[in-house]
Amino acid sequence: MSRPDFWVIQTFNGLSYGALLFLLASGLSLIFGVMRIVNLAHGSYFMLGGYVGLTIALRSRSFVAALLGGAVAVALIGMGMERLFLRRLKGHTLGQVLMTVGFALIFQDLALLVWGGDPYSIPVPAALARSFTVSGMVFSGYRLFLIALAAAVAAGLWWLLDRTRVGALVRAAVDDAEMAQGVGINVPRASLGVFALGAALAALGGVAGGGFLGVYPGTDFEVLPYAFVVVIVGGLGSLPGAIVGSVLVGLLDNFGKALFPELSYFTLFAPMALILAVRPTGLFGRA
Amino acid sequence: MIRRRALLALGAVVLLALAGPLLPPYPLTLVTQALVVAILAMSLDVLLGYTGLPSLGHAAYWGVGAYAVALLATERGVGLAGCAVAGILLAAATAAVFGLVAIRAAGTYFLMITLALGMVVWGLAFRWVSLTKGDNGISGVPRPELFASPLPFFYFALAAAALAWIALGLLVASPFGLTLRGIRESESRMRSLGYNVWLHKYLAFVISGAAAGGGGVLWAYYNGFVSPTDVQLVTSVEALLMVALGGPGTLAGPVVGAGVIVFLKNFVSLYTKRWLLILGAVYIGVILFAPRGVVGALRGRARG
Repeated sequence: MSRPDFWVIQTFNGLSYGALLFLLASGLSLIFGVMRIVNLAHGSYFMLGGYVGLTIALRSRSFVAALLGGAVAVALIGMGMERLFLRRLKGHTLGQVLMTVGFALIFQDLALLVWGGDPYSIPVPAALARSFTVSGMVFSGYRLFLIALAAAVAAGLWWLLDRTRVGALVRAAVDDAEMAQGVGINVPRASLGVFALGAALAALGGVAGGGFLGVYPGTDFEVLPYAFVVVIVGGLGSLPGAIVGSVLVGLLDNFGKALFPELSYFTLFAPMALILAVRPTGLFGRA
Repeated sequence: MIRRRALLALGAVVLLALAGPLLPPYPLTLVTQALVVAILAMSLDVLLGYTGLPSLGHAAYWGVGAYAVALLATERGVGLAGCAVAGILLAAATAAVFGLVAIRAAGTYFLMITLALGMVVWGLAFRWVSLTKGDNGISGVPRPELFASPLPFFYFALAAAALAWIALGLLVASPFGLTLRGIRESESRMRSLGYNVWLHKYLAFVISGAAAGGGGVLWAYYNGFVSPTDVQLVTSVEALLMVALGGPGTLAGPVVGAGVIVFLKNFVSLYTKRWLLILGAVYIGVILFAPRGVVGALRGRARG
């Protein structure tokens, strides 16, 4: 493979991985923005989404049903966690962290109990599985689908947050939850909704990612650090931050793995530390 | 009050020392393990309980200490003293670099940044295969001859844990430690009183990292095996759980917490494969029912 081809294909692969990271991290960022919860079970939503999607895909033979079913099922789990447990711990950061870890361990073990320890791959429609050739370079059609899906979700989120009444309520809650409550916004209900949406997005990523990364035990804690790096780099609670952070992390990770395989995590986390040293709240974050 | 606590601590150490020879082999190794892990939990409490900094990447310094021993003792045949000094200094150096980035942040940001920094060390342990053997880990770490069999090693671990307790206890009772507590209560007040808040937090971070590294040194000898599992996020979180369970802001708390979690993990995993499920439930239960930890709850009751 000639050098320019290497750069083009690696950039494409990095962008598609960034697309997957956006699905995962945008929800984490939203949840943090509204509730200031560091949710260490967010990777579990990704994993559970993948497993539920797998079961639906195998039973119904419909990839779309798998995407939607995985998202809805995990949204319900997220709502239960928020409503019954996390809401009691408002403002108790360490308690929230430990509690979400407790859930992550339980989800991990339940997934092992239900789906066993073998790796699976979610069957994707033949139309998406094709690869295509542009001037001698072979690209994966499924990776292009991931980019399109993430772009659609980003556009939808932007519309929801920026153009609708619901979005205005959520933005008010992000800016100042107490003040929003004071002017009559039902902040607990907004929190519940945002938590469900964030969990659903992560699960959507899990189903979509299951089509090319596979679904296997340990995915939860494998993707979690990536989600955190995206959110830290982009800035907590910021949609543009999540977009820029995902693309950046996707590219850094991909080129790091291709060029310096032994230092690949270092090439991901070191730039993050540098960005933080200059901008402690991330690229788009506010103090 | 402080004298009574010191006497209690001394009593616990003497009791353990006397009980050692009476214990059957398996409980003895568990007590040894709890003592080693207690050093990690106490070092974390200097940050979490006394300074108010919830580090979510403390396994990094523990892991650096453990990997230093594993690499030096297996490939270069370095002895105990050399390994211990190298492990502690490397852990302190890692904390000194990470602290520069992490101490700028507060609250939740501090939590997330220490998480990500901890992942740097995990990533190196996992991927830098030519140095760390990656996922396979480094096995066959030889124990020093003097402490090779279980009972002498138990005394070694007990002495090390007692030393860590005394050293960290003196630290938190010193004017420096009181300043840390002041920062925990109100950073802005301490700043307006003229204290260099950043420097105090930074030093606490480095000292805590060095102490965790010392625990890691012992861990490498105890296990004879070091792998990325020792530096992963779950290990950092488990240390946090031990502190939270025992009671942050006390040194006895983390020791109790370490003991409970070590015994629970080992005993429950003997009887059921579903021990992760039970451990998860313990996390949730601790937060719901004992938010100030066991020792914190006992002290609260004693005060009436």
